[in-house]
Amino acid sequence: MTKPIEVKQDAPIVINRTATKSYALQESAIVKWSLITISLLFLALFLILPLITIFVTALEKGWDTYVASITHPDALAAIKLTLTVVLIVVPLNTIFGVAAAWVITKFNFKGKNLLITLIDLPFAVSPVIAGLIFILLFGAQGLFGDWLFANDIKIVFALPGILLATIFVTFPFVARELIPLMQMQGVTEEEASISLGASGFKTFWLVTLPNIKWGLLYGIILCNARTIGEFGAVSVVSGHIRGLTNTMPLHIEILYNEYQFTAAFAVASLMSILAIITIIIKNIIEWKAKEV
Amino acid sequence: MSIQVQNVSKRFGSFQALSDISIDIESGELIALLGPSGSGKTTLLRILAGLEGLDEGAILFDGENITGVSPKERKIGFVFQHYALFRHMTVFDNVAYGLKVRPRKERPSKAEIAKKVNELLSLVKLDNLADRYPSQLSGGQRQRVALARALAVEPKVLLLDEPFGALDAKVRKELRRWLRKLHNEFHVTSIFVTHDQEEALDVANRIIVMNNGKIEQIGTPDEVYENPKSPFVYDFLGNVNLFRGRLHNGKLTQGQFEIDVPTYLDSHEEAVGYVRPHDIHIEKVQTSNDTVAATIVHIHLLGPVVQIELKRDDIDEYLEAEVTKEHFNQLGIKKGDIVYIRPKQLKVFIPEDFSI
Repeated sequence: MTKPIEVKQDAPIVINRTATKSYALQESAIVKWSLITISLLFLALFLILPLITIFVTALEKGWDTYVASITHPDALAAIKLTLTVVLIVVPLNTIFGVAAAWVITKFNFKGKNLLITLIDLPFAVSPVIAGLIFILLFGAQGLFGDWLFANDIKIVFALPGILLATIFVTFPFVARELIPLMQMQGVTEEEASISLGASGFKTFWLVTLPNIKWGLLYGIILCNARTIGEFGAVSVVSGHIRGLTNTMPLHIEILYNEYQFTAAFAVASLMSILAIITIIIKNIIEWKAKEV
Repeated sequence: MSIQVQNVSKRFGSFQALSDISIDIESGELIALLGPSGSGKTTLLRILAGLEGLDEGAILFDGENITGVSPKERKIGFVFQHYALFRHMTVFDNVAYGLKVRPRKERPSKAEIAKKVNELLSLVKLDNLADRYPSQLSGGQRQRVALARALAVEPKVLLLDEPFGALDAKVRKELRRWLRKLHNEFHVTSIFVTHDQEEALDVANRIIVMNNGKIEQIGTPDEVYENPKSPFVYDFLGNVNLFRGRLHNGKLTQGQFEIDVPTYLDSHEEAVGYVRPHDIHIEKVQTSNDTVAATIVHIHLLGPVVQIELKRDDIDEYLEAEVTKEHFNQLGIKKGDIVYIRPKQLKVFIPEDFSI
C-alpha cells in the first residue's frame, strides 16, 4: 500500500512555514525596529516599572517589616478568605463552563443564542453593578432581605455574598475559552465513540475531555486570576469587615487608605507574585497546547 | 444481519430529507447508497446507525424493531466521512477503544484486546504504525484505521459514509478493491454511501439510487446500468445522449429522422429517447435510411476506448459516442468527417414520467 509518510522530516517544514514571515509584509529595518522599540518602551513604562515599584516600596522598610505586614492577622485573614473563594468559585465555574460549552456546541435547541449572550453578560456589566444586584436581592432592604433575616441567613456582608459576586463576574472565562474550541472540533469524534458502544460519560471522559484539556486549563487559569483579583463586585457586597470579609484586594485598599503604604505594597507584592506565576503557567499551557 | 427500512420519513425544519423510504436488505449484502448531494443518502445511513432520529417509520434489524434503540446498543460499525479518529490516541488505542469501553463484565482482558487489535492492524496492513497518532498518517492510512476501529467491535452491520470520498484516485481504487475483498472474507452486512457511480457499480452487489429523499431504483449494478427505471437513474449512472421527438406507432420521430422503438406502442407528442454513448452505431457510408448524418467535432483517445464528439447535421445538437479502439481503426474516421449514426439501443421516457 502507500508508503508511510516520514513525519519527522515533515515537522520542521511546518514550523518553518509558520516562523518565516510573509515576504509581502516585510518592512524596512527602520520601521521594524522603531515599532519594536515603541512596544518595549510602552511595556516597560506601564508594566515593568509599576511592578518594580511594588516590590521596591514593599521592601522599603526592610525585610522584617515586609514579613510583619504579610503575617499580620488581618492580612492572613484576607489571604485565607481569598484562597477560600478561589477554592469554591473556580471549581464551580469550571463545571458550569464545561456544561455550558458542551450544551452549546453539541446540541441544537431553542434559546441557544440567548444562552451565549447571557454568558457574555458579566463582560458587559460593570462589576460594581454586579455587586449591587446582590445587595438589591439579598440586602436588608432587598427583595429576600426580610425572609433571610427571619431565617437568620447571612448572604450580603458575608462569605456567601462574596462568593456569589465573584461567581457572577468570573463565569464566562471557562465557557468562553471552550466554546470556540469545541465548535471547531465538532461532534464526530463523540459520535464515533457512541457508535463504538461507549456510554455518554465514557465518551466525555475519554474523548471530549482529552481534546479540550489545554483550552480548559487555560480557562481555569484566567478564571483563577480574575477570582483572586476581583475588586469591584466584592467591594460592594463584602462590607469591608476587617479579618472577616476582606479579600486581598480589599485589604490592600484599606491599608492604602490608612497611609500604611509599606503594608499595602507588601500584600500587593504577594498578589503580583501570584499573577506572575499564573502568567508562567499560562505560557507553559499555551506552549504544550501548541505541541499537541 | 438483515435490515428492513419501513416507510421512513425525516424532515430537517422545512427540508424533507427522506420521504417514505422502504428497503429490504438481506444478511451479508454489500449495498451502495448512490445519489447526488442532498439526496438523503447520508441521512438514511445515519438513521440506520441511530445517530439521527426519524420522524415516521421503523428500522428492523433481524426482524426486531430497533427504531428507538441507542446507537451504542445497535452493534454497528460506522466509518465516518472524515474518519473521526480520536486525535489524542495512538492508532492502537483508536482500534482498541470499542473493546476498552465495554462494561467490565463483557470487556476482554488486556491481552485479548491487544491480540485482537494486532490482528486487525495486520489485516489493514498498519502493524508497524500502531504507535503513531492520526495526524501522522496519510488519508488512506487513516481510513484503514477507521475501518479497523469499526471492525474491532465485531459489528453486525458496517456502515460507511463516503468512505473513499477524501482520497486521491489511485488510493481510492485500491481501497475499493480492498473493501470488496474484506466483505468477501467477513460477510458482514455492509452499506456505504457514495456519490460516485463508478464506485457504486464497481464495489456493491446491490445499488440503491436515491434522489430528493426518495428511492429511484434498487437493483444489481447490471440492472440499474442496463435498465434504468427513470431518466434520473439513466442520467446519473454514466453519460447519455438525448433524442427528443414524437412517439407514434412504435416510432420515435425527430423531424426527418425516425427511430424504430417497437416496444413503445402508445402515442405521445413529447418523448425522449436515452442512449448510452457506447450504444451509438457509427458508419462511414450510409447503408440504411434509419441513420442520421453528423460531423465529427472531436476525437478523444482514452486507451482502449475512443470517445467521439459529434454534431448532428440536421439539428443543432451534440452527441457523444464511444467505440473500441479496434472498431475505430476499422472505421478509419478523422475529425471533420461526416458519418452516419444510429442508436443501437434506446430507452424512451415520456416527460410526465420525470416531472419529479
